[in-house]
Amino acid sequence: MDSLLSEWGTVVHDEEIPTIDHGKIRKVHTPWRYFFKPDTTLMPHSASPEEDIVTHIVMKINTTIPGVLVFSSGKNIGVFKASGWPEDVADFYRIQDYKGYLWLGHNRYPTNTPGWWGGAHPFNLLDWSVVHNGEITSYGTNRRYIESYGYHCTMYTDTEVVAYLVDLLVRRHGLPEELAVKALAPPFWDEIDTLPEKERILNTAIRLTYGPALMNGPFAIVVANENSILGFTDRIKLRPLVCGEYGDRLYISSEEAAIRTMEPHVEKISMPRAGSPIIGRVIV
Amino acid sequence: MSIGTYPPKFGVRVDPEQCMLCGRCVENCSYGVFRMEEGRLKVNSRNCVACHRCLAMCPRDAITIRERPVDYRSHPLWTPQVREAIFNQAKTGKIIVAGMGNALPYPVIFDHLVLDACQVTNPSIDPLREPMELRTYIGKKPSRIELVKRGNGEVDLLTSLSPNLKLETPIMIGHMSYGAISLNAQMSLARAVSEIGTYMGTGEGGLHESLYPYQDHMIVQIASGRFGVDIDYLERGAAIEIKIGQGAKPGIGGHLPGEKVNQEVSMTRMIPKGSDAISPAPHHDIYSIEDLKQLVRSLKEATEWKKPVFVKIAAVHNSAAIAAGIARSSADAIVIDGFRGGTGAAPRVFRDHVGIPVEAAIASVDAKLRQQGIRNEVSIIASGGIRESADVAKIIALGADAVYIGTAALVALGCRVCGTCNRGVCAWGIATQREDLVKRLDPAIGSQQIINLVHGWTDELAELMGAAGINSIESLRGNRDRLRSYMLDSALMDVLDVKSVGA
Repeated sequence: MDSLLSEWGTVVHDEEIPTIDHGKIRKVHTPWRYFFKPDTTLMPHSASPEEDIVTHIVMKINTTIPGVLVFSSGKNIGVFKASGWPEDVADFYRIQDYKGYLWLGHNRYPTNTPGWWGGAHPFNLLDWSVVHNGEITSYGTNRRYIESYGYHCTMYTDTEVVAYLVDLLVRRHGLPEELAVKALAPPFWDEIDTLPEKERILNTAIRLTYGPALMNGPFAIVVANENSILGFTDRIKLRPLVCGEYGDRLYISSEEAAIRTMEPHVEKISMPRAGSPIIGRVIV
Repeated sequence: MSIGTYPPKFGVRVDPEQCMLCGRCVENCSYGVFRMEEGRLKVNSRNCVACHRCLAMCPRDAITIRERPVDYRSHPLWTPQVREAIFNQAKTGKIIVAGMGNALPYPVIFDHLVLDACQVTNPSIDPLREPMELRTYIGKKPSRIELVKRGNGEVDLLTSLSPNLKLETPIMIGHMSYGAISLNAQMSLARAVSEIGTYMGTGEGGLHESLYPYQDHMIVQIASGRFGVDIDYLERGAAIEIKIGQGAKPGIGGHLPGEKVNQEVSMTRMIPKGSDAISPAPHHDIYSIEDLKQLVRSLKEATEWKKPVFVKIAAVHNSAAIAAGIARSSADAIVIDGFRGGTGAAPRVFRDHVGIPVEAAIASVDAKLRQQGIRNEVSIIASGGIRESADVAKIIALGADAVYIGTAALVALGCRVCGTCNRGVCAWGIATQREDLVKRLDPAIGSQQIINLVHGWTDELAELMGAAGINSIESLRGNRDRLRSYMLDSALMDVLDVKSVGA
């Protein structure tokens, strides 16, 4: 792995991620972090060489190097994963030592895929992190589509594909987040047919172009990167999604109770319609 | 006569207790099984092909037909069919011609694939209560969207869409030419597809003027004989299809016997009346993939890039690589016709032994195009042996965008799959040009039967999708995770990219 990294750039610093043995989480892997500077001259034809190099390295490691798994690869972000109760995971990783302005948390009831630490949410690639409640019935179609763009699904969980789809649509194809949601959870044709011409053509073009990226099945998804957070549901809202506001803070959750636990004085609670995204932006 | 006669294929019995000598069987049988002699009904079983026209018309259910009323000494290798083919060729010294699709008992892959349904962890969707989208667009798609963001937050779309056919159901009707089938049969299909919101193929037989009112739902075909092709024909079609090969007879051309070429067929095909219409094996202007590209682009140029151009090939060993070449030829859709595809007439040896099943071909074509990153830019249409809605669901899950049905549509018109289309005396008025037979098929009734069939299948498909928790056909396409194989070998499972039941 070290030789792969040095082939594509420079490791500025690396260290074991600090953890604490509190007896509630069994340490099955050694979490390690690299601060890595990609050599952008090695990908001269790319519009975003840093990201493309990191994506390449992540896919390469996860598919070819046994015993190593990259589950966090962005800038100014960190993903912490383990199998256990959320508060124990937070303690295990000494979460109190970190500062952040955008947090994603997730607690999973494993069904279709095994409950292993790598399969814990969030799923991350570059700056994109995803948490998901539900099941993607179109996973087989989505996975095959995204793999033809050089992404490789290695986590045995349907959610992984969402991170890659968002990376493809937003970073590589340059769609604004609102339109990326139109690709992933598009309006029904009956609705598109009645839109004014310009919008109708745009929505038709998105559905025709990104049909294999359409996600089906029950889901509520939150995707975040360094400066925005995006929540949306499947097209018929088979999973709940609730939005809460308090001052300049935005909460997105599956359950209102979770928001009220975090912020008992929450000022505004709303529930978006199926297919309409909640978008939060960081304004500095 | 050293071989003598061999046992009749069918034994026809008329129950004298039931028969009231109405003579409907005599009138309806176009194969000459029945005749009336001095007030008594006589039967010549040897002429029977089991087309069931007599049964269907008998008011008293007096007629029974048994297959192989005389046994051959049984033998697993030397089947009656093999022995009779030898008798036939020992007498004639010729290539045996037969109709319909592959008649050998190869395992049917469709019947070894099962579909998925939701339980507990995700809900199934009820199509009676929730929207279910089967709308399918056939044609070229962009690989990505190009936008410009304007200052006011609005976006302008820079990408322009190529012409696509809009199907309300992923079921189309395949190419069966006027000549191979009757005008009333084509008329029934044409009225039905217009009503349903789907499309049908003209076959290589031109477009008869009585079908002009339905031309917006017709795909005009260019095959190696170029029959009926002129600029008017191209401009009338909703799309144009270049037929390179056919699943029932890959690698060879077509032959419409002169007897089927009456005045109307002659005018529509633009060939002399009574002459054989022979389509050569290759297109004489296509000897390489570059030539195909030229033809695709010439057809587009001739029709001002307003119409999608399809290319149809027979499913053969190397279909995937061939399809990848076609996808790069500017073609908008690739039709893969499996070895069970039907035909009016094909050499028996080709019909039964050449080509591969459509399930395997679609799976490998879809995989190859994905590997090359161009799958969604071109549509894939599967044909050849699609018998019911489950087959449609399975082939879409294996990677097809839509299907062509042929035989199934004819069965909806009355066809009993007797396999003697090549004789030209179809008692149901389908595969014949004989005026008295053709008029048995009323397009008003026939079209309604086709509409009913396609509606029934479409509703079943919607139910299957709903049960799988999918409300848009795009999410079924290529979704092989929702299929499992039941007793297929592991090499075939690799090709299909499906897991075993229980896995």
